Amino acid sequence: MGNSAHESAAGPVDFVAEQNSEEFQALKKSHRSFVLPVAAGFLLWYFAYVLLAAYAHDFMSIKVWGNINIGLILGLLQFVTTFGITAWYVSYANRKLDPQATVIRQRLEAQIDAANLTKEEV
Amino acid sequence: MSLPSALTAVAPLAKSLADQTKENSWINILIFVGFVAITMVVVFRASRNNNTAADYYAAGRSFSGGQNGTAIAGDYLSAASFLGITGAIAINGYDGFLYSIGFLVAWLVALLLVAELLRNTGKFTMADVLAFRLKQRPVRIAAATTTLVVCFFYLLAQMAGAGGLVSLLLGLDSSNLVGQNIVIAVVGVLMIVYVLIGGMKGTTWVQIIKAFLLIIGAAIMTIIVLAMNGFNLSALMDAAVQTSVNEGGVGEALLNPGAAYGKAPLDFISLALALVLGTAALPHVLMRFYTVPTAKEARKSVVWAIWLIGGFYIFTLVLGYGAGALIGKQAILDAPGGVNAAAPLLAFVIGGPLLLGFISAVAFATILAVVAGLTITAAASFAHDIYSNVIVKGEPKPEMEVKVARRTVVVIGLVAIGGGILANGQNIAFLVALAFAIAASANLPTIIYSLFWKKFTTQGALWSMYGGLAAAIILIAFSPVVSGSEKAMIHGADFAWFPLANPGIISIPLAFFLGWLGTVLDKNAEDPRIQAEMEVRSLTGIGAEKAVDH
Repeated sequence: MGNSAHESAAGPVDFVAEQNSEEFQALKKSHRSFVLPVAAGFLLWYFAYVLLAAYAHDFMSIKVWGNINIGLILGLLQFVTTFGITAWYVSYANRKLDPQATVIRQRLEAQIDAANLTKEEV
Repeated sequence: MSLPSALTAVAPLAKSLADQTKENSWINILIFVGFVAITMVVVFRASRNNNTAADYYAAGRSFSGGQNGTAIAGDYLSAASFLGITGAIAINGYDGFLYSIGFLVAWLVALLLVAELLRNTGKFTMADVLAFRLKQRPVRIAAATTTLVVCFFYLLAQMAGAGGLVSLLLGLDSSNLVGQNIVIAVVGVLMIVYVLIGGMKGTTWVQIIKAFLLIIGAAIMTIIVLAMNGFNLSALMDAAVQTSVNEGGVGEALLNPGAAYGKAPLDFISLALALVLGTAALPHVLMRFYTVPTAKEARKSVVWAIWLIGGFYIFTLVLGYGAGALIGKQAILDAPGGVNAAAPLLAFVIGGPLLLGFISAVAFATILAVVAGLTITAAASFAHDIYSNVIVKGEPKPEMEVKVARRTVVVIGLVAIGGGILANGQNIAFLVALAFAIAASANLPTIIYSLFWKKFTTQGALWSMYGGLAAAIILIAFSPVVSGSEKAMIHGADFAWFPLANPGIISIPLAFFLGWLGTVLDKNAEDPRIQAEMEVRSLTGIGAEKAVDH
């Protein structure tokens, strides 16, 4: 038994050293410092809405404009925040995450190619 | 998601509508046959390069983010979403709308926490990711088990729903069980052919075509309904309230929360939890992320899916109140198909037999596309996880794995037909809710832990997956949906002691807790080198599976 079934993609790469490298730690920090708080935030906002819909019927039924009440507005705001967070994350990933990830990936791929080349020459 | 009712009064409008739809059922059949013919041609064309496992399960990883995002929408917007939510809003007003919010917000979990990391570390199935840095055999068996269980319940709900739909769409009587069962068998056989021949590529194209038709159809109906009310949502809601008052219904209350869950708020919270955490753990959704070439395309897929699905749910809000206004609760419930009839009846009222035929054909296509996606996921999980990695221990003969997958497709198709016939007429709402609850409890904790928690161990994964699975199934078995209530599956028996219809509020936190407990009590630590490899791969994409060249 063990982990033999998935073939390691990159024989020559020392992943533990890579994981501890400053470059990778910076990427990991950029990723987690965005996705974890944003995920916590939208889940809190969603459950706040769910609790209001479940228990605060009178508040949700207050009419704001015509037949449009607070419940409908908060519900549609859930759509708005979902679209907004999506656009925000995409822009963040394109600006901050992708460039960092590409640098590391290209360096590692070059390392793997070099190792394969040496192997063939021998 | 249907909300069956025992109302027996006969409204003349529903009766005349039902008669008229019956007279025009040949148009529905014609349009549906056209859909099948077109998709079959596409599937045959797509099947030419289906030799390797990467081709068969992951369409050669060659779809673009936009194509895959559309296919995800096609996979996700099931008949329950389209017919169920429209009907729920028409009948329960605001509380029907609550469903769609959970279904949409859930996609943020997939976007932020799962999609890209999964694409970078996995190959074909959910188990690839879960077993990456843990002990292969036990974790794969557990992940394949939960995959198969979730797919089975989801599949059963779709197939059983197909029978009910038919009564309305083809003008068969609700009591014509033979006719309904024939249609279930036709759906099953068509699905087997699509998946057997087309593999993931064919399935994806069926889903893309269907998503396109569904969204166009819903958009046309939305524009007509809004135009009839001067493009004023408030006026539309007024009309729905007026219709409700005229037939002695709840009136104003239609606009406020409480019509469906007023007496059972905990039930609603439990459902909300399962919906928002279940989506990103549905195996057939996860598998779609392997059909694109890179993590960046996986991200684009989710973005497309969020816009399409979100837009569609806004349409259903208009369609639901539109059906409430133009047809009325009583007439909908009296029509064959009950709550699911709201959308087709609305199509008939605003667009005549042609629009009804189009919408009915789309509803059929929806079931076909969703069952095809579920079937290929279950077949891939059995062939790749159980056969290749457990039975022959990672050394399958070339092409044997795909052969096993194809045989599995036939078996699953036959099981789905049989199960669909047996479950026909049952309360199917709980099957879908159960699939989401099981996915959220059995899969999500292990997915999150293995991607984000360095110390997570095999024991934690097994406790969480089996514990979550068992908790969800046991709680549902002893809940009011199975026994002890009017709408229960088993009439006349009462062994229910769990008060809620959805187990999520207990089983999901329990599964997260078991994953933590199993890990801290585990005496064995996992290999830190593989953890390092997984983490570096997940964020950088180094060594990720590449697209197949043809």
